[in-house]
Amino acid sequence: MSTDLVHPGNPVEPFLRTDRMPHIWCPGCGIGTTVNCFSRALLDSKADLSKIAVVSGIGCTGRVAGYVNLDSFHTTHGRAIPFATGLKLANPELTVVVYSGDGDLFAIGGNHLIHAARRNVDLKVVCVNNLIYAMTGGQTAPTTPGDVITSTSPYGTYDPAFNLPYLVEAAGACYVARWTTFHVRQIAKSMAEMFQKKGFGFIEIISPCPTLYQRRNKMGDGLDTMKFYKEVSKTKHGCPTSEVGLTKAGEIIVGKFVDRERPDYDTMMRMHLKQSLGEEYIPAEVPQCSI
Amino acid sequence: MQADPLGVLTGSHFIDGDHACCEGAIAAGARFAAGYPITPSTEVVERFANRAPTLGGTFIQMEDELAASIAIQGAVWGGAKAFTVTSGPGFSLMMEHIGYAAMTETPCVFVDVQRGGPSTGLPTLPAQADMMQVKWGSHGDYEIIALCPNSPQECFDLTIKAFNLSEVYRVPVFVMMDEVVGHMTEKVVIPKAEEIEVVPRNFTHKQTDSFLPFQACGEECVPEMVMAGQGYNVHVTGLTHDERGYPNMTPPVQDKLVKRLKHKITDNAEKICLYEESDIDGADVVVVSYGITSRVAQRAIDMAHEKGIKVGKFRIITAWPFPEHKIREIAPKVKALVVPELNLGQMVREVERCVAGKARTIAVPHAGGSVHRPDDIFKAIVEAAR
Amino acid sequence: MAPKGSVSIVVERCKACGFCVEFCPSKVLALSSAFNSKGYHPPHVVNPEKCSGCDLCGMYCPDFAIHGFRTDKPKQAQTDEEASNAS
Repeated sequence: MSTDLVHPGNPVEPFLRTDRMPHIWCPGCGIGTTVNCFSRALLDSKADLSKIAVVSGIGCTGRVAGYVNLDSFHTTHGRAIPFATGLKLANPELTVVVYSGDGDLFAIGGNHLIHAARRNVDLKVVCVNNLIYAMTGGQTAPTTPGDVITSTSPYGTYDPAFNLPYLVEAAGACYVARWTTFHVRQIAKSMAEMFQKKGFGFIEIISPCPTLYQRRNKMGDGLDTMKFYKEVSKTKHGCPTSEVGLTKAGEIIVGKFVDRERPDYDTMMRMHLKQSLGEEYIPAEVPQCSI
Repeated sequence: MQADPLGVLTGSHFIDGDHACCEGAIAAGARFAAGYPITPSTEVVERFANRAPTLGGTFIQMEDELAASIAIQGAVWGGAKAFTVTSGPGFSLMMEHIGYAAMTETPCVFVDVQRGGPSTGLPTLPAQADMMQVKWGSHGDYEIIALCPNSPQECFDLTIKAFNLSEVYRVPVFVMMDEVVGHMTEKVVIPKAEEIEVVPRNFTHKQTDSFLPFQACGEECVPEMVMAGQGYNVHVTGLTHDERGYPNMTPPVQDKLVKRLKHKITDNAEKICLYEESDIDGADVVVVSYGITSRVAQRAIDMAHEKGIKVGKFRIITAWPFPEHKIREIAPKVKALVVPELNLGQMVREVERCVAGKARTIAVPHAGGSVHRPDDIFKAIVEAAR
Repeated sequence: MAPKGSVSIVVERCKACGFCVEFCPSKVLALSSAFNSKGYHPPHVVNPEKCSGCDLCGMYCPDFAIHGFRTDKPKQAQTDEEASNAS
């Protein structure tokens, strides 16, 4: 690739596969912004980058795995979380980040999400919620609010949408936060916080999809949407998640909603097996496969 | 490389095929399994759940077969040898991830203890009706390796073979058992660890800046492996990709990749294929069978020998890649090939294709639910010899 | 003394979303009339003396096409300050 694309001064550059820039996301799409925040969170936490793995599913957000310069796995639709579970259990030294979209994580992947949250598997889940299935052309998602025009709801949606923080908290997540792509500093801070905390962490980031969601609903472009987020978001840390549901044009409650202590799956498993088996227990080592 | 003695239960055992399969996996070095209960396969993972914590292994029961079949692949990329176990309905759920394993060249083992189908079918009764599904069940062009044990001893031996083949060829390998072989209890001799050959994962030793994770290497044209956490910043995707692993969705890259995935198996088919043959020379009829049916077929062959019929035996052990070269060799020498299977005609199609009209191909189908009566196969042999 | 800064723009990556222009606290940027090879108008600096090097433009950019930096401090001091602010 041309060296015109290399941006040596930008601290985010080492986190990117620069030979694949420019990326495929549309002008005004917020996914790139979230990756920017992610890179900064990694930078600030001074993490050992070789021990970070990113697992994504299918969709626009799923393409994140292909652009980050880390061990990254672009898996099947909805199944990033079980892949990540296997990866984490085989090598608990890794920090495993699941980076995927609302449809991938909550529709086809919904079952896996609730079980991983129930088990409190030590996964850091970043869900970019653009309220639509973007990659395939703008179909209704389980997160699409009411009265929204999509390609599969040409007369407007009428089925109720999931309230993601509420669902994930109920399933057992120990860290739940929501921001919009307008809240760049807060996203980076939440991500850094989530990386430090063991257990199932979840950050929802509301993002524009200017090409499909906003355009079909005559809501302007990416910039208009960012201004809209600025106008209607209210930060309410600790707000009960039952109250943070979204509507087409109403208030967006952001903040850190849940931050609680629960032993993570790997810790519980090892502790329990040690208790049951005593001296006979041989904990799994890393790597499990001889080199 | 020798097996790790920690996992090897050396000695003489009286166990069923499911249990023997689990021991084979452990002897081969498997230290991660994810599964979902489904009759008649469940005992394999129940035993692994029991054994794993005493061996440094991990078992997790996932919420469905979709999760199990991808969790094992996550574990492989985390450095473990991993497997999952299922039967018909679960196998159908795993199809997408079988394609993912083939596309990403993830070495892993899937065990299918076949039962009557289609759909919920006969959960506790045998069939051999997933034989085409194992090869063609996922979408797109890809190759896999499938082995068919016909005894609990073979469940042990061939499961080790399956792991070894998966590491050499970086391909998902299938152990196609059936309910009878899985639930029959027989003597299984587990040798000493130093007598068990185990293929280690072919991890690369190249420097991080010169390593291409999907570049074909060596005679078998298989890339060297890597795992997360080693600093290679590997990218793995199910999209059509180039040697760097980067998505490159163009016809030339598709052509190169998919053909390499095919040829790494088909070009090595003669090396990979295991089979057993006897009395082929001078035979008028050859009985081609696999799995539990081969044991019933043996009885029918013995009955035919008593009647003076010149009948030979070809037992398929590696069903995929199909032993084309052997069937093509046999066909011109005989009058007919008799193919009994616990299905309404699956592997017989491969036999017929390879026979290419040089002899008659006579199927002995069975809808499943029990094994053939030796008499049914014997009658077909007699008919074939006329 | 107000901090002094500058921006560095990778023109070919820009998709002219306008985030940097809008969210710069000092209104340093505007979309130019020039085109990059994809046909987008990248931003350019119109009020260079107002730039504080805060890098908010860099944080917002979805395309990693812009980056703000301090010009009045040596790089090491800048990194140390950022590190102590972060902890």
